[in-house]
Amino acid sequence: MDYSQFGAMLPELIILGLFLIVFLFDTFSGDGAKRFLTPLTTVLFLLATIAIWIIPGCDESVFGGMYIDDNACKAMKAILNVGVFLVFLQSAKWVESDEIAIRKGEFYELILVTLFGMYLMISARHFLLFIIGLESASLPLAALVAFNKKHYESHEAAIKYILTAVFSSAILLMGLSFVYAFSGGSLYFDDIRANVVNGQGSGLLIVALAFVLAGMGFKLSLVPFHLWTADVYQGAPTAITSYLSVISKGAAAYAFFIIFVQAFGPLFADMWEWMMYAVIIATITVGNLFAIRQRNMKRFMAFSSISQAGYVMLGVMAGGIGLASMMFYVFIYIVSNLCAFAVIQTIEMNTGKVSMDDYQGLHKTNPKLSFAMTLAMFSLAGIPPFAGFFSKILMFTAVTSTGSMALYMLVLIALINTIISLYYYLLVVKAMWITPGDAKIEAFKTNKCEKVGLCLCVLGIVFAGLVPYIYDYCVAAVLG
Amino acid sequence: MGITLPILILALPFTMFLILGIGGVKMSRKLAGTIGILANGALMTFCYIVALTYFFSGNEEFIVDGVRQQVQLFDVTWLAFTDRMVVNIGFLLDPICAMMLIVISTISFMVHLYSWGYMEHEPGFQRYYAFLALFTFSMLGLVVATNIFQMYIFWELVGVSSFLLIGFFYKLPSAVSASKKAFIVTRFADLFMLIGILVLSYYVSNAPIESPLANASAFNFLNLNAQPSNVIASTLGATFLGGSVLTWAMILIFVGGMGKSAMLPLHIWLPDAMEGPTPVSALIHAATMVVAGVYLVARFFPMYLAVPDSLEFITIVGAITAFYAAVVACCQIDIKRILAFSTISQIAFMMVSLGVARPELHDGLGYMASMFHLFTHAMFKALLFLGAGALIHAVHSNNYTEMGGMRKYMPITHWTFLIGCLAIAGIWPFSGFFSKDEMLSAMYANNALWGVWMTMVAGLTAFYMFRMYFLVFWWEENPHYKEHSPHDAPWQMSLPLIILAAVSCVAGFIPFGEFVTWNRAPYHIHIDWVGVAIPSLCVATCAIALAAWLYAKKNDKPAKMKAALPALWQAANRRFYWDEIYMFITHKIIFNGICRGIAWFDRHIIDGTMDAMASVTQYCSLKIKGMQSGSVQTYVLWYFFGALLLAAITWICLL
Repeated sequence: MDYSQFGAMLPELIILGLFLIVFLFDTFSGDGAKRFLTPLTTVLFLLATIAIWIIPGCDESVFGGMYIDDNACKAMKAILNVGVFLVFLQSAKWVESDEIAIRKGEFYELILVTLFGMYLMISARHFLLFIIGLESASLPLAALVAFNKKHYESHEAAIKYILTAVFSSAILLMGLSFVYAFSGGSLYFDDIRANVVNGQGSGLLIVALAFVLAGMGFKLSLVPFHLWTADVYQGAPTAITSYLSVISKGAAAYAFFIIFVQAFGPLFADMWEWMMYAVIIATITVGNLFAIRQRNMKRFMAFSSISQAGYVMLGVMAGGIGLASMMFYVFIYIVSNLCAFAVIQTIEMNTGKVSMDDYQGLHKTNPKLSFAMTLAMFSLAGIPPFAGFFSKILMFTAVTSTGSMALYMLVLIALINTIISLYYYLLVVKAMWITPGDAKIEAFKTNKCEKVGLCLCVLGIVFAGLVPYIYDYCVAAVLG
Repeated sequence: MGITLPILILALPFTMFLILGIGGVKMSRKLAGTIGILANGALMTFCYIVALTYFFSGNEEFIVDGVRQQVQLFDVTWLAFTDRMVVNIGFLLDPICAMMLIVISTISFMVHLYSWGYMEHEPGFQRYYAFLALFTFSMLGLVVATNIFQMYIFWELVGVSSFLLIGFFYKLPSAVSASKKAFIVTRFADLFMLIGILVLSYYVSNAPIESPLANASAFNFLNLNAQPSNVIASTLGATFLGGSVLTWAMILIFVGGMGKSAMLPLHIWLPDAMEGPTPVSALIHAATMVVAGVYLVARFFPMYLAVPDSLEFITIVGAITAFYAAVVACCQIDIKRILAFSTISQIAFMMVSLGVARPELHDGLGYMASMFHLFTHAMFKALLFLGAGALIHAVHSNNYTEMGGMRKYMPITHWTFLIGCLAIAGIWPFSGFFSKDEMLSAMYANNALWGVWMTMVAGLTAFYMFRMYFLVFWWEENPHYKEHSPHDAPWQMSLPLIILAAVSCVAGFIPFGEFVTWNRAPYHIHIDWVGVAIPSLCVATCAIALAAWLYAKKNDKPAKMKAALPALWQAANRRFYWDEIYMFITHKIIFNGICRGIAWFDRHIIDGTMDAMASVTQYCSLKIKGMQSGSVQTYVLWYFFGALLLAAITWICLL
């Protein structure tokens, strides 16, 4: 075997190496050295992020075509890394709290393992490798969801998550086994692409595609495969919720695009186009309809993230430029959503309050937090000139650029849903700034890491759309 | 010339606006005023360096064989919509621009200094200086514009800063409505200008690919002005209502200028704009912003020359406005309104002068004369406004009925004001005489009718200015002065008056034709004493004598005249009912007739649709609540049947 092929897997190896360092340090360091674990991990991770950003991608696939790390994959990994870095910054205080501090090593190790799994999902060009990536990204997450050992909700959320995850894996594998029947006995994406047209119009292949979509839909929480989302987001520790809502979703969206456009691309118009319409419209709409009823901020963000996933999925309908728009959308979504979660988490940590009603008059006691939250809401709702507006408009133009009437209708429905989403995002802003009454949350100070994280997010929200660099980077990575 | 000074000229006032606008609340009045004035002084220095270098350095860059060049000191791409639809931001230096740099920076500095005394006790002093800086920035940006889009952007910015400054005393309802009126009327005119720009840009950007117009800088003034014939060719002979499309475009663009320069029938905002602080009136509504329309025509002059019908239109509009405003000015009581109507009339003078200019008549004298008058008028009209401000400051009233006999109490104001009046009346050797003489020469050269008509307007000008002068400074002393005698203003206010008066005395001797002409080649001014100067001097002297006879001492002649023709006096005093006509059209016809229907549509159909959307959303969300039951068995069921449903949907769609 040619071991030099491992050289092409540099991003995975970096993360794996980082995992080993953290694991060994955590296991063998004494109590005194333990307090350096958080800064060590954060700094090393930042270095890893920069390294992944810098190292060039390689257009050659390795391991007989199972794995590829081209520029687009690498850009996606870099984007995810930014998100994980922000999550690390935001959870720096949480991991030092009494209940968690003793297990903080596990938190970092599990996150790194899942990230490794997501890298494999992104780079896999063979379903076996993909499933390995998917499972190593899913199972440790269940442990993370249950991280608050002493909280009943945390357990319940973990059980719901693992049961649904197992079920979704079963469905996905069943779908793949049907696909195997049509692909001439190969699980390589390229072979499937070449042979799958044989099964055109076959009922079995339709079921196979629907099952693959459903299996992937679990990770992306597409409707109707989303029902676990709200309960799990609410029960999980907030740091994990923010990780679940952005990083895990971003990786799954990219993998979804690769699987459907690369492996099943020839069947688009004939087989899965209509499924996508149904799923996207249902996801955006149902997510919105549930979001307007929520008062618990974490549940609220869960439904918001379901609806956002529908917008991300629009990219699948638009080919190469769609992938670039999708990556840009995910990046903007990461900064906006993490900004919101950072505020939710720091308020929860300091006061234990997570209800929207508790946010009333927040601007009197914590004006900076209210400001950051407002920007996050504006960006998520897509109000210019914040980044969310640009990601949405670029996504819509990418989709309509194909010129099909059905896609115009799809974008129209998405636009109407944007108006609905404006309503519930502004509910939060209204609670913070307009609703009369005394503030229910007293003034408190956030720590340095949280401040840095929030500032980065706010900078991203304000400038990422106005500065064309990031979008150009995504387009260059995808289209070369 | 480098690009440091040009960039500073734009950046400095904008920075001052930001500093004073954001930090002003935390500053003391003294600090805000000091840095405002100092920064403006620096700005004036920069403008002078640029303008004087341009005129006098003799550098190859600026003058070749006696012909002054048009130089783009920088011109950067700002927005590129398509290959040929590119908006640039730049700095164009040519004679009229350099002249305007001097005018704007001088008057702006005088007003900054003057306001230090005038606005001393007003709340919002810092805000006032911030707005002044914003206006200065916008006006400078307008005159240095390299292309029509940049000009339009700054055109709107001056409109905004004018709005902010007119409404500066925002607690007075009259100031608020005046600022709204000014903004709406000028914005309404700008709508036509925008349409004109769009028509022009449509044809220019669709010019055939082999045309020299077909390049990225298609909207650059230099590019357009250098080849009007290609622009005409690009319209492919398209006509509209009997006129060529280009004529219409140029007239529509001029309508924007009519709004800013208060030409009939869009003049109604300017008299009301006098609700703003008086120094603002001197800066914006006498010397700089209101001449933007004249500047616009001058900037596009080669294009206007290519479609002479539009120049005829400009001449007629100007001639009617000049006469109308002069008549109304004879019957006003408020001294600032008299000056406002006088401004309208004088700008109309410049418009007529531009309108009659033709290269074959005296080498395009009208263009030079119009710019010359723009320059001298800016100086003496700012002087008159600042003098009126000093009077108002002393008496706390705008009406001459509260004044009278002021010459004893306010000698500085009196003498400077008199110089201003002599200058505007066109008496030798004050500056107005020279510029007005050149304008009248140009008019006579074009058509004797315009010459005679405008000489008459010049006579009216002398009459109403001296009517005001005598009523304010002579007539009968107001008995209240015994208890509370008015006195001259502090030095910050007197100094600008003296400087501007000195300028008004000597500015006429500037050989203006050596600097600014339509083709930028020198033109040697010679005064046509017999044909033009002596007759107009006689008319002016007679008018002054008449005014002296009527108003120098208290008597009942004016009252008798008023009683003899009550209807005419009333109509002129009410400005020939233009405001009432506008009120009738807007309120009775537009609001009542058209807007009601639209309002109904908005309330019932549009709002109804939005409300329906909201209630459908709420209803649906209530109905599907049960889906989220919390039981994981149900979730998995949904999951499985959802997957099958997707397959079913696809299967049905494929049938």
